[in-house]
Amino acid sequence: MALTGIDIFKQLPKTNCGDCGVPTCLAFAMKIAAGQAELAGCPHLSEDAASALSEASAPPIRAVTIGVGEDAVKVGGELVLYRHEKTFFNPCVFAAVIDDGMDAATIDGLLKQTNESRFVRVEQDLKAGLVGVKSLSGDTAKFTALIEKVKAATTQPMVLMCGDPAAIEAGLKAAGETSPLIYAATADNYEAMAALALEHKAPLAVCGTGDLDALVELVKKIMAAGVKDIVLDPGTRNPKDTLERLVYIRRAALNKKVKELGFPTIVFPNEETEDKMMEAVYAGLYVGKYGSVIMLSDLNAARALPLYVLRQNIYTDPQRPMQVKPGIYPIGNPTADSPVLITSNFSLTYFIVSGEVEGSRVPAWLCVMDTEGLSVMTSWAAGKFVPEKIVPFIKGVGIEEKVKHRKLVIPGYLATMSGELEDELEGWNVEVGPREAADIPPFLKSWAS
Amino acid sequence: MEVKETYNGKIREATIGLGDTAVTVGGETSLPLYMFEGTAPNKPVIALEVYDTKPEDWPEAAVAPYADVLDDPVKWALKCQDEYKADMICLNLASTNPSTGDRTGADIAPIVKAVSDAIKIPLIVYGTANADKDAEVMPKAAEACQGKRALIGPVEEENYKTVAAAALGFDHLAAPHSPIDVNIAKQLNILITQLGLAPERVIIDPTTGALGYGLEYCYSVMERLRLAAMTQNDSMTQMPMINQIGREVWKAKEVKTPEADEPAWGDAETRGVLWEALTATALIMAGSNILVMRHPKAVELTRQFVAALTG
Repeated sequence: MALTGIDIFKQLPKTNCGDCGVPTCLAFAMKIAAGQAELAGCPHLSEDAASALSEASAPPIRAVTIGVGEDAVKVGGELVLYRHEKTFFNPCVFAAVIDDGMDAATIDGLLKQTNESRFVRVEQDLKAGLVGVKSLSGDTAKFTALIEKVKAATTQPMVLMCGDPAAIEAGLKAAGETSPLIYAATADNYEAMAALALEHKAPLAVCGTGDLDALVELVKKIMAAGVKDIVLDPGTRNPKDTLERLVYIRRAALNKKVKELGFPTIVFPNEETEDKMMEAVYAGLYVGKYGSVIMLSDLNAARALPLYVLRQNIYTDPQRPMQVKPGIYPIGNPTADSPVLITSNFSLTYFIVSGEVEGSRVPAWLCVMDTEGLSVMTSWAAGKFVPEKIVPFIKGVGIEEKVKHRKLVIPGYLATMSGELEDELEGWNVEVGPREAADIPPFLKSWAS
Repeated sequence: MEVKETYNGKIREATIGLGDTAVTVGGETSLPLYMFEGTAPNKPVIALEVYDTKPEDWPEAAVAPYADVLDDPVKWALKCQDEYKADMICLNLASTNPSTGDRTGADIAPIVKAVSDAIKIPLIVYGTANADKDAEVMPKAAEACQGKRALIGPVEEENYKTVAAAALGFDHLAAPHSPIDVNIAKQLNILITQLGLAPERVIIDPTTGALGYGLEYCYSVMERLRLAAMTQNDSMTQMPMINQIGREVWKAKEVKTPEADEPAWGDAETRGVLWEALTATALIMAGSNILVMRHPKAVELTRQFVAALTG
């Protein structure tokens, strides 16, 4: 649980000097508690108070960055068990695993997928995030050659996978200073792995045996060695056990403040089944239930796209509806005679309406108005989808240059405003469309005929 | 590691159908799939969709498994039962939709009767969620399958007095349908149990959003209902839940678009099957008990998922 404003206030100098930019210490404490200010904003904080507070106010699950530069990914940093309690913050990442036992064509295929597995949806760039590079052979030269090949081919950060610290050391050198995720420290090699993680500023995955108490002990030693960026592998390789461990890890970190489990996780659906469809289904389980780095056997588009969209859904902030860009969306090559529809820019509304328009096979112009991401009825009630907003939008968006006619179809639920809108929207006739999106296809078919 | 939860609530058991082939759902004593801290005597079950008229807008991958039966609801239902091993059949009365077929209750009653007489497994009968039309159609449908202990839905706030009363009158179960809203779901349960329908005859339909099309809203509302059921012992949230997955998934753009139109999206059947399986498994994670599905391969994946997580 996060600190309250009062907890923080107790540690402040209580001088109300205002040097932090806030008039009183209490107000400053409240801002920190709300996440709107940083402790560092107070120049007069005693060292003892600072360390007590920063320890206590540290997030219960550390956010860990893998990679450097533009393509670096951040995982962890989560604050809740259920997304409706606040939101899930840092989307999980996927990685296809390439190993040094694969033939060149397979390796090239996986690298191509890693680079090309990108989709744009609701103005978000969807991609895997990482690439796994694994030593199967135990041959350091082969491992480093593969790492060099991957590094040359893609800018996606790597997960270097080998249990031998000597091979990892060579691999880290081959990878350059790119902060790859090291996989993994175990009870047998943790001292050497921890030293490498520190030396190369790379996050370190810690692989358990399925026993979480033992994992806590192992992580404790690694933290004592000075490693801060840790990723947890519970060590299980079947979905039932993995789900249990991931739930326990998340709960222990959030509810019991177990520092050693306050880290993102890594899971291996690719090792939990031979069947690639089931692998994707298990990956979906971990998208919802507390997986942070999810390892896959490949990124075949037909399986990657649904997984990326699932991640997008689960990690959408429930308080902030996803929005699409306002403007004119032509569907199915519309002409100057095609119907013109208007709707809100709530992404779900847009998706459903545009899907039905597309399904009708009647080409149409869909005008999406900025309703701040609210749905049709909500935005109407909030005064954002009303004639005085619609008129300037329709007049300014350029639809009058696209069509010869002047007939605007409005959502059926807004039937009551049709008269007023027609009066104010000079030169246009307003037609009331269906209430439900599912009834759009028959409506458009009869409109067109 | 002392992080096990104990729950003071439990999901009610509800039985659909009669006799040897009746199916019981619910009974969980923990959050969904949390087998490490509770029991789930009845696994999530799968109902396959059957439509009262031949669907015209299904993508090829969804048509293929049913190509020979799509214009015959009885043969279609038998194929689902015998070949695809459905746990139940969900007969959708799509042709009663006023903006498409607009058939009446009298028109569809013989179809409902024929399907319910032909199958051994339990029956679900669903209207079109047009409250006025369902109020006319569903009592006729409920009458036509009298004696089968079917599940009748959707029951809306606007028509519960007619549709839930028909379920009660003809000795069926009812599926109250709320618009992704915890409070309306509870309110509707209160209203229909006050009509006299036992809580054990109620299956919540929380409204289903497909992957990419509102799944997250549905997921969180179901998760909230389950948390209320288990941790607050809130009686009016403790019914099993049903999700209409097939019809939502197979109209999604990413599912309907052939590979030829979007080569970057990959094989259309794989994509569609996984879209449906991921929607189904995510909703199982959120608490679904009855999954109404379409593609046999998605059903198979969902079954394997349930077996792996609860076995």
